Amino acid sequence: MSRRSENSKLTAPPRWRAHLVLGLFGVFAVVLAARAFDLQVLDQAFLAKEGDKRHLRTVSVPAGRGVIKDRNGEPLALSAPTESVWAVPGAVLEAPEKLAPLARQLNMSVADLRTRLEKYKSRQFLYLRRQLAPADASAVMAVDAPGIFLQREYKRYYPAGEAAAQIVGMTNIDGRGQEGLELDRDSFLHGEPGSRRVVKDRVGRVVEDLAEFQPPQAGHELRLTIDSRMQYLAYRHIKSAVIKNDAKGGMVVMLDPTTGELRAVASYPSFNPNDRGSIDPSGVRARAATDVMEPGSTVKPLLLAQALDSGLYDTSDVIHTKGWFMVGRLTVKDFRNYGDVDFAKILQKSSNVGAARVGLEMGREKVWQGYKEFGFGDVSGSGFPGERFGVLNDFYEWNKVETATASYGYGMAVTAFQLIRAYGAIADDGKLHSLRLIQGDGANMHAPAQQVLKPETARTMRHLLEGVVTPAGTATRAAIPGYRVAGKTGTARKAGSGGYNENRHQALFVGMAPAEKPALVTLVMLDEPKKDAYYGGAIAAPVFSAVMRDALRLLRVPPDNPSLLTASASSSSGGGT
Amino acid sequence: MTRQLLTVVALSFAILVSAVAVVQAKHKTREMSHELQIERVERDKLSTEWAQLQLEESAWANPDRVAQVARRELGMVQPRNYVVLESQK
Repeated sequence: MSRRSENSKLTAPPRWRAHLVLGLFGVFAVVLAARAFDLQVLDQAFLAKEGDKRHLRTVSVPAGRGVIKDRNGEPLALSAPTESVWAVPGAVLEAPEKLAPLARQLNMSVADLRTRLEKYKSRQFLYLRRQLAPADASAVMAVDAPGIFLQREYKRYYPAGEAAAQIVGMTNIDGRGQEGLELDRDSFLHGEPGSRRVVKDRVGRVVEDLAEFQPPQAGHELRLTIDSRMQYLAYRHIKSAVIKNDAKGGMVVMLDPTTGELRAVASYPSFNPNDRGSIDPSGVRARAATDVMEPGSTVKPLLLAQALDSGLYDTSDVIHTKGWFMVGRLTVKDFRNYGDVDFAKILQKSSNVGAARVGLEMGREKVWQGYKEFGFGDVSGSGFPGERFGVLNDFYEWNKVETATASYGYGMAVTAFQLIRAYGAIADDGKLHSLRLIQGDGANMHAPAQQVLKPETARTMRHLLEGVVTPAGTATRAAIPGYRVAGKTGTARKAGSGGYNENRHQALFVGMAPAEKPALVTLVMLDEPKKDAYYGGAIAAPVFSAVMRDALRLLRVPPDNPSLLTASASSSSGGGT
Repeated sequence: MTRQLLTVVALSFAILVSAVAVVQAKHKTREMSHELQIERVERDKLSTEWAQLQLEESAWANPDRVAQVARRELGMVQPRNYVVLESQK
């Protein structure tokens, strides 16, 4: 290297130095090899696990609850993601300076927040605020307080609100069904979140997707036969009618008679499923399915239809009434003496005497059989949870008195679903359909429609029922300009613990339009309207008219009686709401 | 002898190439699964937005609100006086 080294004579280094260096290298090599063996072979399992711990992550895959939609695809119940804020109380308390901004973002007072955190200090998990909108939740996280975490949760929203509340039902805060179809179809709607194993790199990016650990089970979509526009309509009208008549409650049920699909099932009082705090238990029941009532005069068309169908009577037959008659100890009375009546007049005037005479002539077995064929005492097929069967005692328990009262709808109990289903048979040329509330896969298996009346009989009956809605009938106010309406009123006294109560009534109207080929059957019931006007024709019929008029327009059903339309158009010009 | 050497060299080279290919493929997989993850997050975000838009839409299109706007702001009335010119099927 240097000049000096060239000049001086090189002396060979002692040999042991080379041996020492070589020996040391040898030792290092052995140590290295041993360590490598140790790591790669002996400790391999442990180290692989440690490696996985740092890179392998299990991430959850969220699965939302299924949507409930109406028949047009409008959502009736929908889950939207929200964030819930939870805390490890001990950790949060370690940074007291963050409490004030945190409380502000959480919309709580500082003192409240502190006392809650102190109270649950020993816990590792405490919800501070549940179901915040994603934007609000990120504001909470922006405070950057220690021990605060977010958890994704789904909140259920009900766009139709109280209008469809009893049918759709609601979930509890943990997303499980609690009422209505949400409860009944819970397992169908419920989604089960899954999880995946992934490899994450140093900065937390997912770089490898290993396997679906547990696949997420997405909730299924439930499609109802309800038309939300008609549902709103029905709800709005029944609500204003209940308030106007100072009634205890009321309902409107609308049915498409050709398919048995329910188009609207509204009842009032209701509740707001979007606000859990406000729920009044009396509004939660779906009255149409779960409440039974005496059908009263609304069964007369069913009885007379069976009488016509069996050939026992003809529409031209005359029945003698003189305003009242005795059956055993029972006096059957009419509002007044209608004299000699035919079927048209029995229906038009709602004559109890006439109906009882026909019923007694048919005999108890035929009367009972007739109602049974119309589906009384049987499930309607709607599949609604808690649906009742009603009460229709066996005919061999009947004597003449029971037969007579059954002929005008007393001594039995039906649900609104059963009653509208029976009228559906009159509307659809004698075919009794199972009611349907749910479309598609989620639906029950439905029995095929049964022919319970001859088509001609059903047509004749519709024609007779048009008489009820004429100026001479009991339901003049059910008329709809432009359409031929067939229907029947009913007023039932409510039975209490001490027999019938004179002051508590249920006003009913069941009708259909257009009469020639009904597109809709609608039932209106008002429960305990105030005393001075409780007849079905006086208070239920106007609701029917208002609801049907709008519904027929929504369905674009062409008017079948234009002459009436033009006549009324000139008289009601400038009509508003 | 040379023939054997040639085979060994060729095989060693092949092994080297395949090793590099394995590394490359692994890298590619990771890149792509990262992309997939980004898309998943995106999907999640979009479905959140979709749910919120549906809710918003149903709030605006609430029949009660539509009726109110039609009556009050647009001065519309329900048709009562109409003549059916031609009935559709």
